[in-house]
Amino acid sequence: MSENDDDKRPSPEALLKLALAEEKEAKRGKLKIFLGYAAGVGKTYAMLEAARQRKLEGRDVVVAYVETHDRAETDALLTGLEILPRAQIAYHGVALPELDTDAVLARKPQIALVDELAHTNAPGSRHEKRWQDVEELIAAGIDVYTTVNVQHFESLNDIVAQITGVKVRETVPDRIMDEATEIRLVDIPPEELLQRLNEGKVYIPKQATLAAKKFFKPGNLIALRELSLRRAAARVDEEMRAYMESRSITGPWPAAERLLVCVSGSPFGEQLLRTTRRLADELKAPWHTIYVETPETGKYARENRERVWKDLRLAESLGAQVANVTGVSVAEAVIDYAVRHNVTKIVIGKPTKPRWRELLHPPLVDQVIRRSGTIDVYVVSIEHAEAKRGAAAPRLKRPVHWLQYVYSLVLVTGATFASQLVRPFLTPTNMVMLYLLAVVLAAIRLGLRPAILTAFLGVLAFDFFFVPPRFTFTVADTQYLFTFFGLFTVGLVIGKLVATASERAEAIRKREVQTATLYYLSRDLAAAADIDTILDAVVRNFDQSFHGRLVILLPEGERLEVVAASTGLHLGEKEHAEADWAFRNRHPAGRGTETLSSATLLFLPLQTQTNALGVLGVEFNDEADYTNPLSRRLLDAFAIQSSLAIERVNLAKQAERAQLLMARESLERALLNSVSHDLRTPLVSITGALGTLRDRSSTLGEEARRDLLEGAWEEAGRLNRFVGNLLDMTRLEANAIKLREEPCDIQDLVGCALAAIEQRLGARKVEVFLPDGLPLVRMDMALMTQVLVNLLDNALKYSPPESSISLAAWADGTHLTMEVADRGPGVPESDLVRVFDKFYRIPVPEGAGGTGLGLAICKGIVEAHGGKIRAENRAGGGLRVIVTLPLK
Amino acid sequence: MTNEKSGANLPRILVVDDEAAIQRFLRTALATGEFYLHQAESGHEALAAAATLRPDLILLDLGLPDLDGIEVIKRIREWSQVPIIVLSVREREDDKVEALDAGADDYLTKPFGVAELVARIRVALRRSVQQAPEPVYRVGELEVDLARRRVLSGGTEVQLTPTEYELLRLLVTHAGKVLTHRQILSRIWGVAYLEQPHVLRVNISNLRHKLEADPSRPRYILTEPGVGYRLRADS
Repeated sequence: MSENDDDKRPSPEALLKLALAEEKEAKRGKLKIFLGYAAGVGKTYAMLEAARQRKLEGRDVVVAYVETHDRAETDALLTGLEILPRAQIAYHGVALPELDTDAVLARKPQIALVDELAHTNAPGSRHEKRWQDVEELIAAGIDVYTTVNVQHFESLNDIVAQITGVKVRETVPDRIMDEATEIRLVDIPPEELLQRLNEGKVYIPKQATLAAKKFFKPGNLIALRELSLRRAAARVDEEMRAYMESRSITGPWPAAERLLVCVSGSPFGEQLLRTTRRLADELKAPWHTIYVETPETGKYARENRERVWKDLRLAESLGAQVANVTGVSVAEAVIDYAVRHNVTKIVIGKPTKPRWRELLHPPLVDQVIRRSGTIDVYVVSIEHAEAKRGAAAPRLKRPVHWLQYVYSLVLVTGATFASQLVRPFLTPTNMVMLYLLAVVLAAIRLGLRPAILTAFLGVLAFDFFFVPPRFTFTVADTQYLFTFFGLFTVGLVIGKLVATASERAEAIRKREVQTATLYYLSRDLAAAADIDTILDAVVRNFDQSFHGRLVILLPEGERLEVVAASTGLHLGEKEHAEADWAFRNRHPAGRGTETLSSATLLFLPLQTQTNALGVLGVEFNDEADYTNPLSRRLLDAFAIQSSLAIERVNLAKQAERAQLLMARESLERALLNSVSHDLRTPLVSITGALGTLRDRSSTLGEEARRDLLEGAWEEAGRLNRFVGNLLDMTRLEANAIKLREEPCDIQDLVGCALAAIEQRLGARKVEVFLPDGLPLVRMDMALMTQVLVNLLDNALKYSPPESSISLAAWADGTHLTMEVADRGPGVPESDLVRVFDKFYRIPVPEGAGGTGLGLAICKGIVEAHGGKIRAENRAGGGLRVIVTLPLK
Repeated sequence: MTNEKSGANLPRILVVDDEAAIQRFLRTALATGEFYLHQAESGHEALAAAATLRPDLILLDLGLPDLDGIEVIKRIREWSQVPIIVLSVREREDDKVEALDAGADDYLTKPFGVAELVARIRVALRRSVQQAPEPVYRVGELEVDLARRRVLSGGTEVQLTPTEYELLRLLVTHAGKVLTHRQILSRIWGVAYLEQPHVLRVNISNLRHKLEADPSRPRYILTEPGVGYRLRADS
């Protein structure tokens, strides 16, 4: 029975997933979507009603942006709710009202209402789309209520277009819906909606009346309604699955499927991606999108590369895991990726090329199917109408300058002259070889087209100059026609082959440069031990590998600060704010992204799985580099490597700090032990003596009483000195000692010190050496007296009773030197510095030990005076402590 | 004997301290039949008691719960010259100087010995009783005849400059009492010299060289580091 229970327990992975989701939830705000299938179903109304309910429940609700279109019923719901002012974005002289994200962030309500999730912001706003604003609010911990129609979801976009014939431009990524905490379906029957439309209760913008007529047809509405219901149902299904998984309820969900789709920059990419997403939804499977780079792909034109970049971003927003892979052939790379990632189904578009071309280039579908093994291959059809419009991607030609055609002319002329020279020795057919040589040279040096031109001109020149009858284009012997054909064809083929080979070599060279770039960076980073070296390495490598400039910002306290930059790149307030946005949201921003795209720089967050570390700001010289997948990928790799290096240094620093803290803690524990020992010992004899006197006073002899009292008295004095020392030390360490400096007579100082120590001195002699005419020295006399007292006290304690102690002072032009010397055992050479440490004690035979604070206090006081203190062993035995004070 | 019981003619001492343990200790330590003790536990109580009881001496703790001890001294000094001895755990010289400048006669830093306390009390009481200083001051080998402006050290006359003599005379008239640097500077040189303490240092040093057997271990003119000077008075 218990075994059975064990089996049903959720797997650790499932629990972890749940915990992670909950943790993410806790910090982020929640999103509630009011989903409808058309304008006029009452989404805004439903949202406002729900908001009023929350407000009644005591939640802090504000209206961040709601459009009521002046409908009275909806307007009425607004009363009593706090409405935040809208931002006014100036565009072409018109102020467009927009959601003021910053105002909402500053107000920080519990719930913010934001209408029309799919809205496109006015140019110049921070984000291109309103859903990005909403994401930012959620990330800041604000719950958001929003409305959206089903046709705005990315993956449904083309279905809706098919149904209604209206292409919706304002789209919202599906993951927004996936991440919503709650989806509320706002539904009314289509007949009712049509009736409301007729009654004029549905807001239609004036310029869209025609489109609306086309749109609001019963057939369309029914289809859209079904779509929205299905979408909501799928969502419920999803929740059910998550619930079942978390409770370990076994259910009939399908074995883990994994889909893969490959984009190539063809115009059908978008359609292919949407289809795959729908397929993945139906299968409840994760899906991957890859772009394969082969030596061939390097030569595709910019437009094509941009399309790849866009497709990959679309895939990401549709919820795919996106990757860039390289391989010799596309089919091989796809299969390889699929195998490594346990992909079960590969989605491929139906080939559209004419049948005859398949003979030369077997279509990708065939190649993949041949290699796919156990993996299913789905071939999906692609609408033809669009295919025609899109046309095949133009190829990137090596830029051909007109001069190169002149060179081919020169080559042909050269070949003609050479042929003329050798004419006496060769038959005309063999002269063709010289022209072929020219074609080969042209193909290698000038490219394909000049090579073709060379072949053509060669044929003409050969005919004109050497084929009898000479100097006419007429050909006497028809055999020569065959020679012409041979020369031209061979020239063409050689030209093509050589040009392809050199293009491949070029692509390989480019990749190699990239690899080398990353290699150099990682080598430099690996060698860097501190943050400055790392920053320096990143900037230097960037400058060498990219055509552009780089700036690195790291957080310093609350703000991001520029810590390294390429020469000549400076950030203004605006750029700082943009960098800050990228840092806080851990999302790329600026040029070439969808956020703050009007910025002059591209900002990439430096981050690891757990930490946001800083921001990389990039300014490319070439506008195309911002969207070029090659340079963006290299840049991403740059950012990742830099992040790892910075994180490594940060972690090392943290570890060092922790170690230091530990060392300090253990030292402090030792101090505490020592202090408590020093405090307790005198108390033991004092309480002992007093206790004896109180309880057994009558039985004690007079002598014993005296003895006890004397002992207690001495110990009390010792305790008092120790406490005094501790307090002084604490004050010194807390920098709480304020010097009261005044000119002091050194003789007076010495006198005070001797007077203070008189009792402890007893019969001991102190020899004082003071020259006449010592200047008055500025010092805090009370503190400096204490220094001398402590030094004399030490000398007393650590030297034999009959030995002498000397105290001397002298001054040169700049310093006063005071010296206390004894004839004790001295200090081991290695400890001469440590004697000034707190609680350092020289091991002494019996009980003469002091507090271990005396010299530490001396050092503190002397250093507060700007002086120095040191100890040295005397020749002939004994210790000398020397204090030097500057004469101010 | 009757005096002792009634306490009528014994010097009355007002002890101001909020610590019960200190009060208890002082009551026991000073219960020698030599003094009559009153006790107060706060600044306001002390001010009231000083006015009604007219004590001959006040022992005042600086750290009182209601009023700052310095403030208590200032208020009492507004109308009375009763000797005040300050008892304080504060070791900072600033507090001592401030108390003395405010009008306290002497100070003792806690913890102190009873013998020391009694000696200070006796000096303070004697000084307050005699209206005019005795014309001739004698301590150890030193003899100062104020009437004849003569100073003898070990029986031989010592020649002093006028300033040195004024300085010595000031100390003699306040023998046993701590005089702060400010007090001495303002009385001998005037207020303009308050910020020029080196003139005082130099004159004290000169005096010591003329009067003391070993200037490095003075027996008559004692330095209170950071506070001021005191001329020894035999108690």
